[in-house]
This record gives sequence, C-alpha cells and structure tokens, in this order.
Amino acid sequence: MATSLTRFEDALVDHDCDVTRTSVAEFDGALADAVREPAVGVALDDQDLSLPAAVETDPTPAQLQAAASGVTPVAFAVADHGTVAIPSTATAVEPVSLYPDRHVAVVREAQVVPDTDAAFDELGPVLAGERDSVIMATGPSATGDMGALVQGVHGPSEVHVVVVESEVTQS
Amino acid sequence: MSRSDDWQAKAAHIRHLLSTESETIHENTGHMNSERYRAIEGFDYDALRDEARAIKEDAIARLPELIEQVKASVEENGGTVYVADDAADANRYVEDVMADRDAETLVKSKSMTTEELDLNDHLGEAGYDVFETDLGEFVIQVAEEAPSHIVGPGLHKSSEEIADLFNAHFDPDEDLATAQDLTRFARDYLGERIREADVGMTGANFVVAESGTIALVTNEGNARKCAVTPDTHVAVAGVEKILPTVADLQPFSQIIAKAATGQDVPQYFSLLTPPVDSPTLDFDEPDVPITEQSGGGVGRDGGGSDDRDFHLVLVDNGRFAMREDDELRETLYCIRCGACANSCSNFQHVGGHAFGGETYTGGIATGWETGVHGLDSAGEFNDLCTGCTRCVDACPVNIDIPWINTVVRDRLNRDEAPSEFDFLVEGLTPDEEPGGLDPQKRLFGNVDTLAKLGSATAPVSNWVARTRPARLLMDRVAGVDPRRDLPAFRRDTLRKWAADRETIAPADAERQVVLYPDLYTNYVQVERGKAAVRVLEALGCAVRVPDIPASGRAPLSQGMVSTARERAEAVSEALAPHLDAGRDVVVVEPSDAALFRREYERLLPDEEFDRIAGNSYEILEYVYGLLENGADADALAAGEGQSVSYHSHCQQRTMDLAVYTEAVLSDREFDVRTSDQECCGMAGSFGYKSQYYELSVSVGAELADQFADAERVVASGTSCMEQLDDLLGPTRHPVELLDPAAE
Repeated sequence: MATSLTRFEDALVDHDCDVTRTSVAEFDGALADAVREPAVGVALDDQDLSLPAAVETDPTPAQLQAAASGVTPVAFAVADHGTVAIPSTATAVEPVSLYPDRHVAVVREAQVVPDTDAAFDELGPVLAGERDSVIMATGPSATGDMGALVQGVHGPSEVHVVVVESEVTQS
Repeated sequence: MSRSDDWQAKAAHIRHLLSTESETIHENTGHMNSERYRAIEGFDYDALRDEARAIKEDAIARLPELIEQVKASVEENGGTVYVADDAADANRYVEDVMADRDAETLVKSKSMTTEELDLNDHLGEAGYDVFETDLGEFVIQVAEEAPSHIVGPGLHKSSEEIADLFNAHFDPDEDLATAQDLTRFARDYLGERIREADVGMTGANFVVAESGTIALVTNEGNARKCAVTPDTHVAVAGVEKILPTVADLQPFSQIIAKAATGQDVPQYFSLLTPPVDSPTLDFDEPDVPITEQSGGGVGRDGGGSDDRDFHLVLVDNGRFAMREDDELRETLYCIRCGACANSCSNFQHVGGHAFGGETYTGGIATGWETGVHGLDSAGEFNDLCTGCTRCVDACPVNIDIPWINTVVRDRLNRDEAPSEFDFLVEGLTPDEEPGGLDPQKRLFGNVDTLAKLGSATAPVSNWVARTRPARLLMDRVAGVDPRRDLPAFRRDTLRKWAADRETIAPADAERQVVLYPDLYTNYVQVERGKAAVRVLEALGCAVRVPDIPASGRAPLSQGMVSTARERAEAVSEALAPHLDAGRDVVVVEPSDAALFRREYERLLPDEEFDRIAGNSYEILEYVYGLLENGADADALAAGEGQSVSYHSHCQQRTMDLAVYTEAVLSDREFDVRTSDQECCGMAGSFGYKSQYYELSVSVGAELADQFADAERVVASGTSCMEQLDDLLGPTRHPVELLDPAAE
C-alpha cells in the first residue's frame, strides 16, 4: 500500500496538484493549511475526521459562489494518475468540488486503489449496480482554447489532496 | 464553372488559408501530434486500440438491441430517451423539451453532434438563447465561424486574434490581452450564463447500455457545470456512442485523451448516470441552503434528485445507413479524438476550414460527411487526403481512414458529369472507369501508360512536355501545375539495363530475388534500381527484373478502385510463377511495397494477398534481413562517418519499415538523422495538381527547413525525392549509398 501511496502522491504532483500526507492526529492542522477561506464543504462521514467550523457544510448558492475553497470527501482515488473519484451525492459533493477555485479533497489511505483495473472494479458496482455518478478528476481544470495552457477554467484552478495515512498497527 | 475554374478557386481558398490560419493551426496541431507520440511512448497503444476496436465492432453490430437496452436503463433511472431519425427530428424534440420546461436559456458543453444538427440555429430561430460554454466553441460562436477541428473548434485562432474579437464584441472595461485574461473573462461571463440557465446540454463521448451512464471527456469543467447546475439536462449523442457495459469504458478511458491531446487522462472523465443525485443549484434563491432548495436531495430516495429531468437524444441522421454500408461502417467506430487531423501534414497546414465539410474535419470527416450530409459535402475536401496513411498509426480504433477516403473518391468519380476534354485523355487511358471521370484524376491514375509512352519517345517526350505550350495545355486540361518540374522519363529503363547485362549472381545463390520494376524505378529513378540490383547481388542473391505490370498505386490514389483492382490482379498473375518458384519479391518504391502488404488486401482474394504480402519486402528491409542472416556487410559501400539526413516515406513509416533503413545505414557507418515530418507533401500526384501545388510546397518547405543544413539528403519514396529535388537539390535513395559500384 505504501508503494501505491507514494505513486499516488507523485502522480498528483505530476498533474499539478498540491498534496499533503498526514495522520488522523495531525489532520486538523494539515487541513487548515490546505484550506483558504471563505470555505464550503461536505461533511466527511468519517468517525476519525471532521471539518472545522470555518468550513460551511450546508452552503447556500451564494456561499458556494463566494467560496475560495471547497472541501470534500472522495469515493476513492487512483494511484497511477493521481485521480480522485468525486461522487454525485445529495450532500452536494459535486458542486462543492467544482465551483470554488480550490478543491481540497480528503482521501483516506485505504481509499487509494493502484490502477485503472482496480478503479473499474470500483466503478462497475457504483454505475451499473447503484446507478450512481462519479467524476474521475485529475488535476485542476484547464484549457488551451485561448492560445496557451491556462489552469482554472470553469472548474478549480487548484487541487489540494490531503492524504490521511492509516494508523500503523504493530503485529 | 469549368474544372479549370474550380481548380483555381480551390487554389485561391488554400492560398488564403496558408496566409491566415495556417500558422496557428500548424502550431496547435503539431503540438498535439507530438504530445500524442510522447503519451503513447512506452505504453501498449496497439493492444489497447485492438481492444477498443473490438468493443466498437461488437457494439455497432448489436446496435438495435443496445438502443433498446439504453432506453430501458435510462427510463429505470428516471430519465427519457428519444431516438431521432434526423436533424429536424432531434431539433424539434429539444425545442419541445425547452417549451415543456418553460425554459428561455440553454447552456451547452461541446458537442460536434449538435453542430451536425445545426441545433443552435434552430433554437435561436425559435427564440431561445443558447450559449456555448466550452471556450473553443464560445470563440467560434462569438466569431460566427465554423469549427476548424473536431477537438479544438477554435484552434485556428491565436490569443491575439481572440483578444481582438472579444475586445470588439464585449467592449470590456479593460482590454483583454493574454490567454489568462481571456480565460478569466470567459469563465466569468459564461459562469453567469450557466447560473441563470434553465437547461444544460452536453454531448456524450460514450453511452453505457447496461446502466444508462453517459461518459464525458473534458478538461474545462463546463460539462460538469452544465450537467449539474440547471434542473434539466439534455444529452445529445449519435447512436454509435453506445457501449454495452461499464467495463467496456475502460480501454477508452485510457486511450482517448492520449490520442486526442497527448494527455495521459483527461482532467475530467465524468461518468454520469442521470438524473444525478446532486441537488440542483438555484442561484435565484441565493440564501437557501443548497440541500434545502426545491428538489434538494437530502432525505429523498436514492433514485436521483426528484426535481431533475433528464433527456437522452440519440441521433440516427444517416448512421443506420452507414452501418449497412460495408465501406463506411468503420466510421461509426470513430471516437472523435482528432488524431487523424493532427497526424496529417496537409491538415497541419490548412486546417479544417479547407480539410473539412459542413461539420466534420480531418481524415475521418470524409466518412462522417458522406454518411450524415452526403457525398457532395465530402467531395469538397476529400482530395486533401493523399493516402499517406500516417493517421492509420494514430487512430485509437484502427480505422483505415485512407481507405474510406479512397472509396468515397471512387463514388465521387462515378458521380462526375462528362468533361469537354474527355476526348483528350480517353484514348491514352486504358482504365476501367466510367466516362466523365475528372481528366486530372484520369491522367494521374494512368501514369503507367504515360510513363511507357514517355520512355519510348524519350528524350524528345521530355523536351516536348517541358515546352510552354505543352505545360499550358496540361495545366488547363489536367490541372498539372506549370511550376512543378515534370519527371524525366528514361529511354534506358531498368529492365533494359538488367536484360542487357550479364548476371554476376552465383548459380548457387541462397536467395532468388525478383526485383519489382515499379513504374518510377523502371522509367524515372533508374539509378536507384541499378544500385538495388548490385547491392542484392553483392549480398549473394540472384536477381531477376522481370516484366511485371504497374502496381495500381496510381489509379488507387485517384479513387479509381476498379482500375486498381484490375492492376492488382495482373500483378498477382505475373508474380505467381515467381512465388511458385520460391523467389522473394523485393520492392524499391515504398508506396508499392506498402500496397503489396496493405491495400492489396482490399483488392485481391485473401489467398493471393497473403502470398504476395508474405513474400514481399521493401529493399532496405530485405538488406537488413540478409545482413542479420550472415551476409557480408563489407561487400557494401561504407559511410566512414559521413552524415546523412533521411526522410522516410510516409507509408513506409506506417508499415514500421523505416527502422531498417536507419539500422542498415548506421551499421555501414553513416551518421543518420531522420526527419520527424509525417509526409513530404508531394504524395504522388498531389504536388503536381494546380489546386494543391502551393499547399504541397508549404508542407515540403517544412521538411526542407529541417534539412537546411544537411550535407547529404536521402529519401525512400519517389515522391519524397521529387519534392526534395525541387526544394533542396538532388536527392538519392538510401540504397544508392550502399552500392558497391558507387563512386
């Protein structure tokens, strides 16, 4: 898994993302460093991790529009390309990851799968079984249509992935 | 208009593009082309494209059944599927959706299919406001132009031109200048349009039958916003976009961005199974939390946000007829990545405003335009495909794009009305084509007859051909550009030389070789043929140069398929006794070597093709094989470190044969540098044709620039040699460097 995690981090950097590796204990500080305010977010649904009060987790359209950062959990992540899988949920993960200029994605180590094969193992049941929706997002939004590469078009110009390591257990 | 006027009009259009859009198009397509090479390096592109191809073949074969499955899946999910017969039907349906939803505005992400339908015009006329949100499409919409490229609709425009356009059109407080300024402006302007919009429209790169999922490949994020912000989502896609299962998406997810822009993966591979669970965003109620807005999803059932409405419009518009057409069917496998345009030298120099029809651009556009808009639209640009085959290597689903172009050219030929000049070429041209064929095509398609005549009467024929009156007549009747030097036919042909000399081959030679006397080597480039014979003999082969007819390459390139087939059959018959005797067939002209190994599959019965393809070799490929099997390399001339600039022939590169020339020359101590240009721009007859002469020279000049400081230039193809001769001075074939009798 460590190899996958390193590969994930390298790929994120290759695709112009920022990345912070942290632990459950140091998550709050790492997240605070990654977030720019005003911030909106979606609750992480994780017993170990929570978002600070400064992140508005039930935003209005006005707050979404004004936010500098959007903090979301992900469905899973793919090491090979530094991809995060953004689910379409009733809790608005998709718009929160899309509208603010900076997307802060919180990824648990166990959510990182190695490659495309493994990603499709995840996607099969999600799409065909649950009939849900997922955005496989790699890096910030970008365009070459104005004559040179520009990052930050309709989607975020910055993507910051906070990777939370699994607790080390002695065996 | 007479044909001559047509040629002049076309030449003028191309001249205009060469002086306006060419530079920007070249920079952008050239960049994407080299990025594709970078992305697929060290990656098993071929395995993946075989897989992708097989999935598409299966899906198109099962299309009616898959459409039923998509309908069932989308309806289960709570959406609606409409299968539109044609553009009018699709447009009417979208208009009805707009009316039903009391909508006034629609925001779109990029969709070539809606370009095909002229949907924007239709909705505009019905009183709706339509905004393109892909930045390239937005530029085109503001400029009121047609897309110039399947992937980058506005890639013919530079930042400066876009800035001028936006500054004039929008009159911003501060003038926009850089790509950053323009992107920020467009983001803000279109962001507001998206927030206000009543309906969001996307295309679909793929539609999954088993789940009703649509896959969108995008970088900007506008498709995500268009799909998720308004409560109504309409996706428009050709019926050919359907794949059976989610698993079938996998190879495409890996290959499409590499093929298109050279990215490993796109920024966003959106897999939407609408209606999606995300709450809609009503910016008219800015202070009501998103999750509490009407239609908000929290606490509701899992079947998608209740307020959402989803329509999938699947468009036939000629596609079912293409599916029944054995030659056009392959077009339906196209995933619209634009790699055929990027890898095309002609496209790189003129772009889609010349190399395109009503909607589609680049090599595969011939298939699409024929299928959806008709032959006439394809006829506007089909001749810009020279059959160089570089797109065959690039295409992620292995479509034989040059063959589609050839077949459509053949159909166009058969549609032609008789010409006033038919009588002039009719007698000279023993082809299998109907009367009325364009005399330009007929002349170049029958170049074998001309070569024979020219050779028999050389050098007088060459003198006559070069006189001013002769050149003017050729220009007027057959559109042969007077600025292009004509090949000089030789009276002392290769076959005569070979017949007259005493063979020095050992009686117990290990390899018995038939050197194919291709038209150009036999009548024009005789020295390369002699060198080839001497090189083969020096390596211990017994060489024959028998009378074998012209290959059929010339008529094939003019779309004269019946004539080409007749030639192929004659070649097959003439080669048969040699193949029976176990002789190897060695070919100097790479376009003929490629023909024997590739296009003959389309022209000959399988068994005959397999036998010819399996026993024929390009000359340096064969030399390489002899050396690998122990022949004495020292019997050949050596380079002693001499530097050589080599342009491999386009079709030779597609057959992966160029490496042998490089390897043999390096082995013989030549310092070889190979050009990275896809094609020299000459392409047989193309560079002679008056309407294309300037384009041909523009492509050739790029190659000449690469070789500007070259001490010695070699090229494999006759065409490449002619082009480089014209632009740089005398050019030789690589085999001449190895000739033991060379001085």
